[in-house]
Amino acid sequence: MADPTSPNPVTLSTTSAFTLDDLRRILRAGAGVDEQIDLSGAIAGVPFAELGYDSLALLELTGRIEREYAIRIPDGELEHTRTPAEAVTYVNSQLSQEGI
Amino acid sequence: MSASGIAPHRGTPPVVTGIGVVAPTGIGARRHWESVLAGKSGLGRITRFDPTGYPVRVAGEVPGFDAVREVPGRLVPQTDRFTHFALAAAEAALGDSGVDPASLPEYEMAVVTASSSGGTEFGQHEMERLYRNGPSWVGAYQSIAWFYAATTGQVSIRHGMRGPCGVLCCEQAGGLDALGQARRLLRTGSRLVLTGGTDASLCPYGLVAQLASGGLSTVDDPARAYLPFDASASGFVPGEGGAFLTVESAASARERGAHRYGEILGYAAGFDPAPRTGRPPVLAAVIRRALADARIGAPEVGVVFADASGVPEQDLAEARAISEVFGAGAVPVTAPKALTGRLYAGGAALDAVTALLSLGHGVVPHTAGPGRPAPGCEIDLVLDRPRQTGPRTALVLARGYGGFTSALLLGAADTPLTPH
Repeated sequence: MADPTSPNPVTLSTTSAFTLDDLRRILRAGAGVDEQIDLSGAIAGVPFAELGYDSLALLELTGRIEREYAIRIPDGELEHTRTPAEAVTYVNSQLSQEGI
Repeated sequence: MSASGIAPHRGTPPVVTGIGVVAPTGIGARRHWESVLAGKSGLGRITRFDPTGYPVRVAGEVPGFDAVREVPGRLVPQTDRFTHFALAAAEAALGDSGVDPASLPEYEMAVVTASSSGGTEFGQHEMERLYRNGPSWVGAYQSIAWFYAATTGQVSIRHGMRGPCGVLCCEQAGGLDALGQARRLLRTGSRLVLTGGTDASLCPYGLVAQLASGGLSTVDDPARAYLPFDASASGFVPGEGGAFLTVESAASARERGAHRYGEILGYAAGFDPAPRTGRPPVLAAVIRRALADARIGAPEVGVVFADASGVPEQDLAEARAISEVFGAGAVPVTAPKALTGRLYAGGAALDAVTALLSLGHGVVPHTAGPGRPAPGCEIDLVLDRPRQTGPRTALVLARGYGGFTSALLLGAADTPLTPH
């Protein structure tokens, strides 16, 4: 499981355009949450696979972020992030490239 | 090989050790059976969408199904309602059997389902997004939610069953064909098959697709819309839901000391000749082959669960086939599906469950609704109230659009029938 004291993408992301809470919200709506997973917990560094999300879940996540934030995410790029923290960082880099 | 495609096998018949129901008559086998005995109908005006403007406005909807409560969280948005129903019914059937899948070899457990419409409602929702907003709005889960095998895959993954899995798409006969396939697998190395069928096509897209068959009733009164074998028969009412069964080899059930609902004694399937060939429908021949497969004679059958189309000429054809094999009025015939409407792939699976409950309780449930037999239907249709006749063998019939025809013989538990 994630170490809540590890380098803090969570803190970083809460000041960014796309936050860990945004990711949680979109995952919940798009791919759902298994009963044994606490998505509101310290998930930033937990691999997606351990949270029950496969490549299809990340494809769905990609589509939803693209539509909501009006950005383009090249095929496979978000699916290749391993953890929520990496995904949040990646989305923010895309958002800043798009000048948002 | 027999004509059914199944190698003759004279071993101990497979047994049903668990049942699960999600139907317009209720969620859970107990509630379903209580509704059946009480003649409590699940038919009503469609509420899942506004049916005003559609020629068919009555259907059998599953009351009070809460996917969030019944289905694992991740699978709620990822799968269609027909898979939601299946996940709930399969879990109930497995729980009822007392099997802990983790304790059995994963490759000896299989999943076989029937599907008729696939994930229609899910698909409609994504198509709406496609034509309203564009391709990028179509969700990723459309790729796995809509197709016929979606349910089999999700049930297999959920319970860790990695034996030979498949889906039968035989319209309304599929529920019996899934049980036939389950039996085949139990003869070839599987010890347990989780099998059954569900459909959930009560959305505009699904209903319009069904209208093309020409068999649906346009009568608005839920009490008059689906009256199989009746002089006022006007077609059938569509329904949603279905049932699952845990089927095991006799050895596996014995080893576990499992409760048994009954045995699969015989099965046969056929396909009607093309229209305008002048050749008769295959139902009578299929019934005979099922009897031969079970090695029992017609007089040993205690009850027939009819396909009961509700389309007058199909009712007549079925009544004639039953009379041809058994003699006019010689065997009690019933159609509890009058309470649910026709559930497509779920219908015959639910009939099989109802037949097992009938055998287990020694009661032939009645057909609620019909009162005045259609001319030429010379069958002993059980009307008004259940009959306590103690049937030991039940024949379940199912026909699907285009000519699918199947027959399944079920035996009461712990009573070996005398070979014919």
